[in-house]
Amino acid sequence: MNIVVVGLSHHTAPLEIREKLAFDANGIERPLRELVAIPDVEEGLIVSTCNRVEVYAVARDIAAGIARIKRFLADFHYIPYDGVEPHLYGYHGKNAVRHVFRVAASLDSMVVGEPQILGQIKAAYGYAAEYGTSGLILNRFLHKAFSVAKRIRTETRIASSAVSVAFAAVELARKIFDDLSDKTVMLIGAGEMGELAARHFLNAGVRGVMVTNRTFERGERLAAEFGGRAIRFEDLFDHLHKADIILSTTGAPHHIIVPWDLEEVIRRRKRRPMFFIDIAVPRDIDPAVNELENVYLYNTDDLQGVVESNLEQRRREAAKAEEIVTAEVGHFQGWLSSLQVVPIVVALRSRFEEIRRAELAKTLAAWKDLPPDGEKRLEALTSAITAKLLHTPTSVLKRTDQGNQTDRYLDALRNLFDLSVEVPPAGAEPDFGDLEE
Amino acid sequence: MNSVLYWIVIALYSVATLLYLWYLLQPGERLGRASRWVLTAGLAAHVLFTFSRYIEAGYTPITNLHESLSFFSLAVVGVFLAMQRRYRAVVLGSFVTPVALVILLASASFSREITPLNPALKSGWLGVHTIVAFAGYAAFAVAFCAGVMYLLQERSLKKKRLGAMYRRLPSLEILDDINYRCLTIGFPLLTIAIVTGAIWAESAWGSYWSWDPKETWSLITWFVYAALLHGRLTTGWRGRRAAVLAIVGFGVLLFTFLGVNLLMSGLHSYR
Repeated sequence: MNIVVVGLSHHTAPLEIREKLAFDANGIERPLRELVAIPDVEEGLIVSTCNRVEVYAVARDIAAGIARIKRFLADFHYIPYDGVEPHLYGYHGKNAVRHVFRVAASLDSMVVGEPQILGQIKAAYGYAAEYGTSGLILNRFLHKAFSVAKRIRTETRIASSAVSVAFAAVELARKIFDDLSDKTVMLIGAGEMGELAARHFLNAGVRGVMVTNRTFERGERLAAEFGGRAIRFEDLFDHLHKADIILSTTGAPHHIIVPWDLEEVIRRRKRRPMFFIDIAVPRDIDPAVNELENVYLYNTDDLQGVVESNLEQRRREAAKAEEIVTAEVGHFQGWLSSLQVVPIVVALRSRFEEIRRAELAKTLAAWKDLPPDGEKRLEALTSAITAKLLHTPTSVLKRTDQGNQTDRYLDALRNLFDLSVEVPPAGAEPDFGDLEE
Repeated sequence: MNSVLYWIVIALYSVATLLYLWYLLQPGERLGRASRWVLTAGLAAHVLFTFSRYIEAGYTPITNLHESLSFFSLAVVGVFLAMQRRYRAVVLGSFVTPVALVILLASASFSREITPLNPALKSGWLGVHTIVAFAGYAAFAVAFCAGVMYLLQERSLKKKRLGAMYRRLPSLEILDDINYRCLTIGFPLLTIAIVTGAIWAESAWGSYWSWDPKETWSLITWFVYAALLHGRLTTGWRGRRAAVLAIVGFGVLLFTFLGVNLLMSGLHSYR
């Protein structure tokens, strides 16, 4: 009953390998069933994204389990084992738990803190639950991973800031305007970058987009694509006052907007704020525009600076997140060990009871002039002794706050009293035969 | 009993202030809720305190500096809680609660003894005039806080230094909205306070307006806010300008309230 993780990710494998090992979500049932059909594997689920392919499983034997899952990943995709094996990692015990917690919390992602991975793991778990390949341990494990991820998202600011220039611009707009649903974007120039940024604003829910371009037809095409309106370039300043957010991306060699152009615009807007985003190089907008009241100008470098500082912040927050992961791994390990406590305690009791009965029987058989209540009193005496002897170890084992200490005690008890007990996997038939030494 | 309530109010406001300041350092939904509850409890105790004093004294307890400062802070908390409900701007509390606490602590430095009512104040106008005036002051106090926050946020955005404060503070639009909302609440209340004051003055002193320092400064305050409201509605004095004026206006208002009482002599110099 060990949690194992086998897989590869962008850290260990290039795209050519990752894509070969990827599983299609639509046909996930067959690999899931084949996975749990592996002799050593009791529960399993498969996470497959463009950056990672991983199997989370509960295995009876760690080494055999990991080896067979590795083999399964190669065989299922009909690719040579030797070509894949160097890229695969296999974790068990604490490291497996830590790995999954980190992945779910997006600490292992290509862009740390990006939240998609959690949804992908939830979907993967959904399939496993649907096809019944996850059981008691994976259920608990994955739910714990989700709650750890949630805790990290709420207690750290790991995913709270934009890490692309276009998103950074949208985020800034939200700090100026709050609600974007009644705001209009003016896109000046129909370049690729501007188009991308405008799309981000559309996704963020702006009311409308106006497009102006030197060649009107191109502007018209783009406007049609956005469901917006095309403006002739020479009419720009007749329409600028309607725009709250101005994205400028022309190839013009000089400034196309300078402060004095805006005086009339600002007056017509009654000084409502304007947010200029100049992502053109050379710049389209005179930097002095930023000095105007209620007008904010960000250029490429400014936005890049925002992205950099956000990335820096994510790295700092990741350190806090790692601490949370460490603590939660401890808690989960504690729970995992506690699963084994009950059977061990039962076995220990019956071992003591066995000895007591045997010795009592011997004594009674040999005792000639036993007083009438002698048997009862000996029975009480021996029972009391065994109960007292067992009391402390039992209560220590039942404490849940000692992490992997419990594991050590359980191992010691197994060896010292020669207890041959393993916990049967949940949902499966108890199968003690295999485990007898 | 009354005194115990007073200290409970101080304690609750202090805790709420600490919680709101803590929220500024480490925002969290639970912390935000806790701060609001503690402050709401403080407000409830404060209302109870004021009411019990009203019962005990037999008149609206806004007659001396202790009473009016105490009521001022009550009104500030009340206006803030109403604003927070509407705008969900918890961080506003990090700026408003210290102000409310300072006003309340200032009230503690004046005598809390209940004295027989100054005969000049014996009138049905006392309650209306003072409550309306302080409700207006409170709206302007919240506008002041929103103005300070606006300037901080605007500075971050202009200088492109997007630090922790930038992340915590709400958007400019929200802050400007709060400023405007407070103005539209505060200005009519201030107007009503001045009008009721004039009517009361006529019945008590025989003249609607006698250029008493309080009256003069109230008028100046009124003009500052009238200018802001006018500019806002006609030529769009919004954003930075509105924030600056809300701060200036509150400075003038504080002088009207405290400066006149403490530094000048006149009909309104109630201590």
